[in-house]
Amino acid sequence: MNLWPWILAACVLAYATKLAGYFVPRSLLKNPRTMHIAGTMTIGLLASLTVVNAFASGQSLAFDARIGALVAAAVALWLRAPFLVVVIVGAAAAAGLRLLGWG
Amino acid sequence: MLNLTNGERMQLGRRAGLWLHEVMPPKLLDSPAVKVGVSISIATGLYGISFGALSAASGFDFWQTMALSLIMFSGGSQFAFIGVVAGGGSGVAAMTAAALLGLRNGIYGMQMNALLLPQGKLKYLQAQLSIDETTATASGQSDPDEQRRGFWTAGIGIYVLWNLFTAVGALAGNALGDPKQWGLDGAAVAAFLALLWPRLKGREPWAIAVVCAVATLLAVPFVPPGVPILVAAAVAAVFGWLSHARADEGLEPDIDPYAHRRSDTRGDHGEGAE
Repeated sequence: MNLWPWILAACVLAYATKLAGYFVPRSLLKNPRTMHIAGTMTIGLLASLTVVNAFASGQSLAFDARIGALVAAAVALWLRAPFLVVVIVGAAAAAGLRLLGWG
Repeated sequence: MLNLTNGERMQLGRRAGLWLHEVMPPKLLDSPAVKVGVSISIATGLYGISFGALSAASGFDFWQTMALSLIMFSGGSQFAFIGVVAGGGSGVAAMTAAALLGLRNGIYGMQMNALLLPQGKLKYLQAQLSIDETTATASGQSDPDEQRRGFWTAGIGIYVLWNLFTAVGALAGNALGDPKQWGLDGAAVAAFLALLWPRLKGREPWAIAVVCAVATLLAVPFVPPGVPILVAAAVAAVFGWLSHARADEGLEPDIDPYAHRRSDTRGDHGEGAE
């Protein structure tokens, strides 16, 4: 199967989707309610991205070394560690748990 | 802190042997948004190895793999595309999965357009860089200049590193072993949590985060990958619509800088600026 046409079509769709957001009238976004919703959506999306990356494995939920990364990152954040340290702690926790043979 | 001009600081930096001050203006290094942008660029960029290797293992040739990273440039959509093909799915199915997963970038585009106010043709470039990490880096800052610096640092940094490491992964293939072994998937979890963390001030942000996290987990088994994030976005939007009457602290970063820029920086109070 030649995949090139589908690759290019998917690439065009991806860019068109991103660009479409820029053509939503700004006046709509000046509305206080819209801005409030944009704020709640940012929190919702970040929370969702966090749990998807921690627990989703395709269409099923998995409990593996990524949970260690989530917990370790939360502890690092609670201790007010800077961003890069949090990311490294997360990676180290996941890698360490796998080294120990879990997940 | 000493009050020095940029020139004085550059001199001091040179004397102290801080080569970074010669490469970048000191102001950039002081910027928290640039620091976050650089960190997230490295964490995300390295993950490109995993995409390149997985794509090669799924039967994509070098340039097909590179086209996905260079043009599609949306990690989730790219993994979905090669994942469907690797699982024996058709090209149409792969394209649909990637498109669904990329829908949230449209929402990011809307937010970044409102927050950064790109002028003229800049928005065509900015659109390509409107992804999870750049949106999160920009909207995590409250100062308009910082938001802009955060977006472009993360955007350019990730674009360059993601493509570089995609190429490394595609060429090195399985010689590197499983990227999970290096904990790179754990790094992604930590990065998103770290971006969410500063927003969790007060009861409403916590409630939104918990409700959206639960909604995501409930949706995962029933809808294609990527869609649970859209479900969470919809839940958050309804939540925001209903709670509009009450303002809360954690929601400020998206509201304040915008109002501030409208009155101070741009000085336009009317419509029709576009």
